[in-house]
Amino acid sequence: MADSVAPARTERPLSPHLQIYRPALTMMMSIVHRITGAALYFGTLLLAWCLIAVAAGPQAYGAVQWFMETLFGRLILFGYTWALLHHMLGGIRHLIWDLGYGFGPGEREWLTVATLAGSVALTILLWFAGYLVMVGI
Amino acid sequence: MADSDHKGMRTPFGRVAHLGAARSGTRHFWHQRLTAVADIPLTIAAVAIVIAMFGRNHATVKQILSSPFVGIVMLLFILTSVYHMWLGMQEIIEDYVHDERLKIATLMLNTFFSFTVGFAAVYAILDLSFRV
Repeated sequence: MADSVAPARTERPLSPHLQIYRPALTMMMSIVHRITGAALYFGTLLLAWCLIAVAAGPQAYGAVQWFMETLFGRLILFGYTWALLHHMLGGIRHLIWDLGYGFGPGEREWLTVATLAGSVALTILLWFAGYLVMVGI
Repeated sequence: MADSDHKGMRTPFGRVAHLGAARSGTRHFWHQRLTAVADIPLTIAAVAIVIAMFGRNHATVKQILSSPFVGIVMLLFILTSVYHMWLGMQEIIEDYVHDERLKIATLMLNTFFSFTVGFAAVYAILDLSFRV
């Protein structure tokens, strides 16, 4: 093959990373899983604060209640609920994959969409239930 | 300095250069999954408990949290989820922080944060359960 022309050397990335791959839903949701995990890490402060406030007494708990009733507090709590549920459902999806199931082209997309739709639906449902409890039903 | 027990092919330097196996195997991976599985029912239970306390006054919330069943569920939820997030943040740090000194510092901070938040929450639950 001495007379054949050597193919032009194509410049390939040596270590393909996020900026090389075309965005795929499964990839995006993998990133979201990590982001929600990191958010929940700091969200644990909120849980600890609430529990300590209950133990500390009515005055400290009053501050928690005041904060949770502000728009900012509500948004934080709503985001925390979604992140928690999304990370849980995403975790179940990862456990299914850990067991070796759900790797078909249709299955993995379906599982990924189901986690997102499920987390949004469950969050809305839980907040609806929360408000029903609050008004005393 | 003959090491008669040493049967491997690695040189003494190789063994002390911190470049070999960490001898921790799959423990990190396994504990991440173990706590993940435990946290599925525990998260559902903890969310249900929190919803039951939604908008309630201090006396009612205190009463709910001081019941043994609620206390045990909350303790299990706190311990498993804090251990899970400690492992998870360690993985994130090891993935993105490449400077050795900064990595060690952030890994330490991760441990300090996780233990502080975890013990504070556990203390609050125990206080609510046992204080007369």
